Amino acid sequence: MTFVLSNPWLHGLVFGAVLVSVLMALVAFITWFERKLAGRIQSRLGPTMVGPFGLLQPIADAVKAMQKDFIVPKDADRFLFWLAPPLTIAFALATAAVIPFSKDVLAANLDVGVLYALAFSGLLAFPTWVAGWASNNKYALLGGMRMVAQGISYEIPMVMAALVPVTLAGTLSMQGIVEYQVASGWIIATPVGAAAGLLFLTTALAEGNRIPFDIPEAESELVAGPTTEYNAIGWSIFAASEYAHSVITAAIVSALFLGGWDGWWNLPPLLWMVAKTGFVFLIVTWVRWSLLRFRSDQLMALCWKYLVPGALLLVLIAGIQVSVRG
Amino acid sequence: MESPLTPYVPVAIVLFLAGAMAAAIPFIAGLLGPRSPSAVKSEIFEGGNPPIGSARQRFAVKFYVVALLFIVFDVEAVFLYPWAVNFQQLGWFGYATMAVFAATLVVALVYVWKKGALSWES
Amino acid sequence: MSAEQVLFWVFAVATVVAAGGVILARNPIACAMSLVATFFFLAGIYVLLWAHTIAAVQVLVYAGAIMVLFLFVLMLMSLSDQGPVMTFSAWRIAGVVAVVTVLAALVLVFRRLPAQESLAWSGDAARLGDFGTIKHLGAVMYTQWLFPFEAVSLLLLVAIVGAVVVAKARV
Repeated sequence: MTFVLSNPWLHGLVFGAVLVSVLMALVAFITWFERKLAGRIQSRLGPTMVGPFGLLQPIADAVKAMQKDFIVPKDADRFLFWLAPPLTIAFALATAAVIPFSKDVLAANLDVGVLYALAFSGLLAFPTWVAGWASNNKYALLGGMRMVAQGISYEIPMVMAALVPVTLAGTLSMQGIVEYQVASGWIIATPVGAAAGLLFLTTALAEGNRIPFDIPEAESELVAGPTTEYNAIGWSIFAASEYAHSVITAAIVSALFLGGWDGWWNLPPLLWMVAKTGFVFLIVTWVRWSLLRFRSDQLMALCWKYLVPGALLLVLIAGIQVSVRG
Repeated sequence: MESPLTPYVPVAIVLFLAGAMAAAIPFIAGLLGPRSPSAVKSEIFEGGNPPIGSARQRFAVKFYVVALLFIVFDVEAVFLYPWAVNFQQLGWFGYATMAVFAATLVVALVYVWKKGALSWES
Repeated sequence: MSAEQVLFWVFAVATVVAAGGVILARNPIACAMSLVATFFFLAGIYVLLWAHTIAAVQVLVYAGAIMVLFLFVLMLMSLSDQGPVMTFSAWRIAGVVAVVTVLAALVLVFRRLPAQESLAWSGDAARLGDFGTIKHLGAVMYTQWLFPFEAVSLLLLVAIVGAVVVAKARV
């Protein structure tokens, strides 16, 4: 094991393969979890038929999607139409490379880890826009435009909210931030950290286009947004990347604000990290099935008029806190 | 001391594997799925009506304004990162320099706000 | 050749090919996609030069932000038109002259540079210390280069004002 870890190539291959396959399996599992939870929230049962508790439903769905005819609409840009879904899932999976799952379990401890994660998670809107443009569909292109406008707007407060843990810990490495929290207490335990965490989670909802921020695919006006023309495997990949993005964002929130793999009772650190990520994802899902959708203008106003100044204020407060502490 | 490039090797491998996985899924689906395109199937969905004109229309300038605002504020936010990392060493002097920088950012935001560029509907 | 050199050539060739795609592709969106690819390969070169922070910022700001601006500018224009076709041959001649001049200047400058192995590739990690890390960057930027840094904030302010003035005039 030490040999594997000391050789960067082997380490990368082992962790990369595990990371990618576990994430894909996890995505399948959480589609089931979300449907089950949504069912309960709406007084339904959710999937029950395929396998025990409907657990095999995602596999059945994947097999079905693969066997269907992938239709490319008339006058679509064929190459870009094919390219957009794989690009989305690739960007979503790539974000996970810097997330620390325990002291030893992480693919790469980058010096600029937080920036890396933010960069790749922010890139996700781009292939989705490409999908909208390639479709040659008015709903799709409008959805893509809205998605990019919303994504970039909320990236500003997101980048600033992530500055709070960075300022407190004095490092950009994700592992470094978790280690700081092991030594000096979780960031969420400080008032400024709690506010920043809440702000980060809000912007993450918007970046992932989750309700109440799902303007780009507002069903009642834009059908399905950028993915309107997608069916079969193309649509499935978009759905999978959305879930992958949600889970990875939940993991980032856990690492930056909730102490990452830190925990009590001598339980394995990996378990703590997974539990925290699951908890954040549960909140996100609960919000999704409980709230209504914002209007486009409300969304933009909320971001630029409240979240951006608020995030900047939090960074300045965090700075004072560090200065006073010395 | 190991080369600082070492942590990037796993990153490159993860990027490669993510790309490979992303390419494999549509490839397998392409092998499994039937392929029978028809004129009706490939019709573009436009609320059930025959599509009118091209979908690739021109878009409002407000999108462009948002993009410009984004670039400027993104660059400013990124400049805050090296400061945040060095904060403990720089002390109050560093705080003052950052406050000046942040003040310009606030001035910019107030200007944009007063000019009405932040209201989506105008 | 060391692994770094091999990777450098891979990234360098890929950057040039992708950059070629930006100017040669017919479809404006294909140009934009090539540009994203160029940015990514450039980020790879930055990593090889141990400029980690610049590499991350390259992806965050260029591939993320600048790209979006280009897309929105494209969407301002009508993409169904073929765009301006260069018929006036004098412009073409001027373009060729400009390209040749710049290329000659670059070659001259490069020939004058002393032959020296890159410090980043010397494998002498001890000499480099924390060069290229964000810690080092910040320590230098907020002390030695403080004035240019603050000047940048003014530049960004001017950019914002300019953007609003230009855009509002066109609404």
